[in-house]
Amino acid sequence: MSEHALRLKTGLAEMLKGGAIMDVTNAKQAEIAQEAGAVAVMALERVPADIRVQGGVARMSDPRMIKEIMSVVDIPVMAKVRIGHFVEAQILQALGVDFIDESEVLTPADEEYHIDKMQFEVPFVCGARDLGEALRRIAEGAALIRTKGEAGSGNIVEAVRHMRMLKTQIQHLKTLSSEALNTEAKKLRVPDALLRWVVETGELPVPNFAAGGVATPADAALMMQLGAQTVFVGSGIFKSGDPQKRASAIVKAVTYYQDPKILAEISEDLGEAMVGISISAIPLHQRLQDRGN
Amino acid sequence: MQIGILALQGGYQAHANCVNALGVSTRFVRKKEDFTDIDGLILPGGESSTLLKLIETFDLVSALKDFQAKKKPIYGTCAGMILLAKTVVPQQFSLGAIDISVARNAYGRQIDSFIAMSDAIESPDFGCAQMECVFIRAPRVQSVGEGVTTLLRYRAEPILVRQDHILAGSFHPELSQDRAVHQYFLAMISAS
Repeated sequence: MSEHALRLKTGLAEMLKGGAIMDVTNAKQAEIAQEAGAVAVMALERVPADIRVQGGVARMSDPRMIKEIMSVVDIPVMAKVRIGHFVEAQILQALGVDFIDESEVLTPADEEYHIDKMQFEVPFVCGARDLGEALRRIAEGAALIRTKGEAGSGNIVEAVRHMRMLKTQIQHLKTLSSEALNTEAKKLRVPDALLRWVVETGELPVPNFAAGGVATPADAALMMQLGAQTVFVGSGIFKSGDPQKRASAIVKAVTYYQDPKILAEISEDLGEAMVGISISAIPLHQRLQDRGN
Repeated sequence: MQIGILALQGGYQAHANCVNALGVSTRFVRKKEDFTDIDGLILPGGESSTLLKLIETFDLVSALKDFQAKKKPIYGTCAGMILLAKTVVPQQFSLGAIDISVARNAYGRQIDSFIAMSDAIESPDFGCAQMECVFIRAPRVQSVGEGVTTLLRYRAEPILVRQDHILAGSFHPELSQDRAVHQYFLAMISAS
């Protein structure tokens, strides 16, 4: 991948900062999301909460549906491919989607390899639970990292865990000697140069967003205060009582995340939030975050 | 000197880094009261529909118009340029601060985003013969009014324009190493 290509990819991620990216399953929902102020939409056939309930193999969405969504909104359109399914990615690139999410929400197509994202012109976002996973995805060419959280759970606890883990590990790196960094790079299975970049700058070399379990404006603001630069909202909006109002409140929450008075106003009277599930109630084999490593 | 950076959504941190690197302090502007004590304002790139929504909801239109009426310099990049333009295609609300017509996403989708060198620069104000320009889902300047000066072009089309105290560009100098455009903007403020 050329240096230009990488800068264009992270450049788009840069422009998405301070925003809310929303899962939508049809053109109507995409319009609602754009009208509410979403910076981008994620086009998919079933939101994670439904994938969780209905089971079966979850795949890339029907191109027709993605095209319909691309035709009704001006904001960037993202879509998901299965981990390792580089042909689904080729198809999405051919459709002209603006960002591809190589996502654990869909059923993995390859248990050994992720997509070689350097081979694509379209930027990729990937999920991570910790620093090692984040840097492995960046080494493969991801232009944007998001926490995995636990998609479709309506429970923020895993996203918080993943964001805190990343920050703690970065702090820890700064205390290490140069020799210890070599060993740490091997332990994390990441390129030494990438790890040293993180030590020098104190952050990931690409933007860092939050995802997986955001259901309320307070959840969104929590992730922003913990250091996320933008928030993905999956099932949280269109599985709630008043999607329009909640979407608009979450957009405001990511801008005014440091202002409790505004957060109080926008959190008022939003109707039913999605029900959500306790993480301990999810059998281990149904945990989406453990897919891909 | 302190530069305000509209920090509702988008590339505000990258602009702050550029201005800070030139030794000038910045302030993130999110509310009306943040407009006090700033000598110039940068409207960053991002999604213009999101920016508009937040500007309207939090009643910042009048604050922006007041700031502009005081003839304090404003620089808009990408979505920021769209906000400043007199006319936007397809039609949407804008501040009408500079007499240009701008088409949104006119260069295409992300796959069509590109980095290129500008046309040869005639003005000595930038201290360089050419400049690297990063275009991301960029808007296109379709026409400029009489009072507007074109400072930079790419393939003969305007990409950085100025009318009095308003500066607007379709590309992202905050994503390049060259600080010439930010320096130019700071000089506009010093001269105002």
